[in-house]
Amino acid sequence: MAMANKPSPETETTLVMADGQPLKKALTRAMRRARLRAFLLVIPLLAFVLVTFALPIGQMLYLSIHNPVFSDYMPRLTAYFNTHPEEGVPNEEGFAALALDLIDAKKNRTVGRVGTRINYDRAGSSSLFKSSARKAAKFKGPSYKESLLEHRQDWADPKLWNVMRRAANAHTFDFYLAALDFTHDANGNLIKVEPERRIYIMLFLRTFMLSTLIAGLCLLLAFPVSHLLANLPLRYSNLLMILVLLPFWTSLLVRTTSWITLLQSQGVLNDLLVVVGLIGDDGRIQLMYNQFGTIIAMTHILLPFMILPLYSVMKTIPPSYMRAARSLGATPFTAFVKVYFPLTIPGIGAGTLLVFILAIGYYITPALVGGSSGELISNQIAFHMQSSLNWSLAAALGAILLFGVILLYWLYARLIGIDNMKFG
Amino acid sequence: MKTLKLVASATLAVGLLLPAATVSAGEITVMSWGGAYTKSQVEAYHKPWMAKTGHKLKSVDSPNPGAPIKAQVTAGKVSIDVADVEYSDAVRYCDEGLLEPIDAKSLPSAIDGTTAENDFIKGGITDCGVANIVWSTIFAYDADKIKGEKPKTIADFFNTSKFPGKRGMRKGAKANLEMALMADGVAVADVYKVLGSTAGVKRALGKLDSIKSDIVWWEAGAQAPQLLADGEVVMTTAYNGRIFNAAVSENKPFAIVWDGQVLDFDMFVIPKGAPNKALALDFIKFATSTKPLADQAKYIAYGPARKSSAAFVGLFKDGKTKMAPHMPTAPANLKNALVNNFEFWADNASELNERFNAWIAAN
Repeated sequence: MAMANKPSPETETTLVMADGQPLKKALTRAMRRARLRAFLLVIPLLAFVLVTFALPIGQMLYLSIHNPVFSDYMPRLTAYFNTHPEEGVPNEEGFAALALDLIDAKKNRTVGRVGTRINYDRAGSSSLFKSSARKAAKFKGPSYKESLLEHRQDWADPKLWNVMRRAANAHTFDFYLAALDFTHDANGNLIKVEPERRIYIMLFLRTFMLSTLIAGLCLLLAFPVSHLLANLPLRYSNLLMILVLLPFWTSLLVRTTSWITLLQSQGVLNDLLVVVGLIGDDGRIQLMYNQFGTIIAMTHILLPFMILPLYSVMKTIPPSYMRAARSLGATPFTAFVKVYFPLTIPGIGAGTLLVFILAIGYYITPALVGGSSGELISNQIAFHMQSSLNWSLAAALGAILLFGVILLYWLYARLIGIDNMKFG
Repeated sequence: MKTLKLVASATLAVGLLLPAATVSAGEITVMSWGGAYTKSQVEAYHKPWMAKTGHKLKSVDSPNPGAPIKAQVTAGKVSIDVADVEYSDAVRYCDEGLLEPIDAKSLPSAIDGTTAENDFIKGGITDCGVANIVWSTIFAYDADKIKGEKPKTIADFFNTSKFPGKRGMRKGAKANLEMALMADGVAVADVYKVLGSTAGVKRALGKLDSIKSDIVWWEAGAQAPQLLADGEVVMTTAYNGRIFNAAVSENKPFAIVWDGQVLDFDMFVIPKGAPNKALALDFIKFATSTKPLADQAKYIAYGPARKSSAAFVGLFKDGKTKMAPHMPTAPANLKNALVNNFEFWADNASELNERFNAWIAAN
């Protein structure tokens, strides 16, 4: 009670609650509780994003530099390589490690995986490992080298041993090299693969070029449409908006197959041209199974992603700006270039980036209508995921694509500014 | 808070109940190639097995049922009990430890008592796979589109000046490279020897290159007859059964050229860690016994993998078409036929597919 009647100098300057606590402390505590509650509320989402997004991407990135198949299943030979770093065909000690590992691998049914791993870099190794493993149980030391060489002369190939040496490093950048059309020669030097095997660089370039083209075409088509949508009276613009959104809501596969019906050589478009008489029945134009098909179908499918951000930006530009510019003496063209266009840049930036990023990862549409010249890098990634089962290479290709996008995003942020972007 | 608790307990209950429910129902999932092929298996294997055992069977399609196996086994989430895969995949996955071994001795004997090991066509049983059919990659043409002289040999497929028009081909190295070499005059016995050399691969790709601008690529088996039917191509390579079904059941004017066909087995396998291994094995034993194998031929023109089934192969489901001459193994069709060398492909598939992909992608 004495305290309350005669306040000390400290409490005099500090505001207190009814129960005598300093207000600042109470406020911090209340804030902390509120923050904690807010955090608890987002925990499910955070966990979801981590588990379904961050974790798989992290795993994929790790897979591209980590392939432990050889070191796990051939432990003795890996240990031998670690202590004998010199290149080339080893002596009896190395062959003994190989033979004993082969016997174990045969027992554990893992020899196929080892063979497949080496087969990525040297064709024919798969059967070499399998047949040698079958025989290895009968081999006796100390003539493992002799027995293995007698079984298959391939074991004297220095290239094979260099490939195994590199495969023994579980952590490797070799898959990135392969993804950029590089390989090692017999002496372990970095070289480009033979011209008839080069494929990935060309496909990366094609993917980036086609995506740029598609983003450009989308912008060209979407700009007038969005302008119309933003400036028409509401009852017309709503109807038009539904026309934009209807294909947006339709399944990607349905839209792609509709394009097949339209574009194929016995399809609607060609039939129309024949009926009109522009081309003869035997001169039907190849409109799909080539780059043209990929560009047409993808531009159509991605168009709404350009229209929507553009529309949302244009909707916010007051018509009075253009009128003001005109009344101050600008021609319609000058008014557009100096006033209207700069105001739409946030929408253009958002739309272009959105379409471009979606386009470089496109897979189903080019697979269905692209033929061979319309194939993109994602089709090769799918091939290595599903057919060749070389997941490390697929991961490396995917990672390069990811880094490319991040680089472009960074460039965009530097040049135009990420705040200066409006998605809707 | 109350709602949260409710949701949590509901999730928990569902999580606990679901696995129990699937186990007690006795259901297996079988993955196959879709289209007319899966239909023939449903009629010959799935329905009779369900009727006999009372268990359920879910049929799933894939353009290549071998592909999901590695993903599922590696991820430790196997949902397929039985998959119908190509021979080379059955061998390769088995070596990689992705499949459950199947004991050949546990397979039923033929009706006359011949053991399964002697009853199957040579190579029809491997460590992890049991063959069900012999199928073949052939080429077929639309008889309405090609007037006058008809194509007769594999070389005609590659001759676009004599037979102008687009060609359909499966997007992949397998069978295409062999056919290209045979068309280029390589004898059947030498195909894999030639293909084993760098010059041979160059020769095969060179032959393909001569018609590259006319090729339309297909990936799923059902696409090939579709391309022919749409008039998108005048000839296409295809799985022989698909063309037979389109020609006989749907009355399409398609004709098969057996010259230069590439024969192959299809195998039933059980992915490692399949949820219902015992039932899966029971299904495989049933499906690859003499009668069901012969029954499948009633629905599609693929040859049964057991010798004892041949006697039971009769008429197509329409009741009038004799099946024997439509089988890839019919003597008349075998005059110039290549048997797929699975070991060659296990060794060279990644290398040759890489070359093939690079060739395709280059303009």
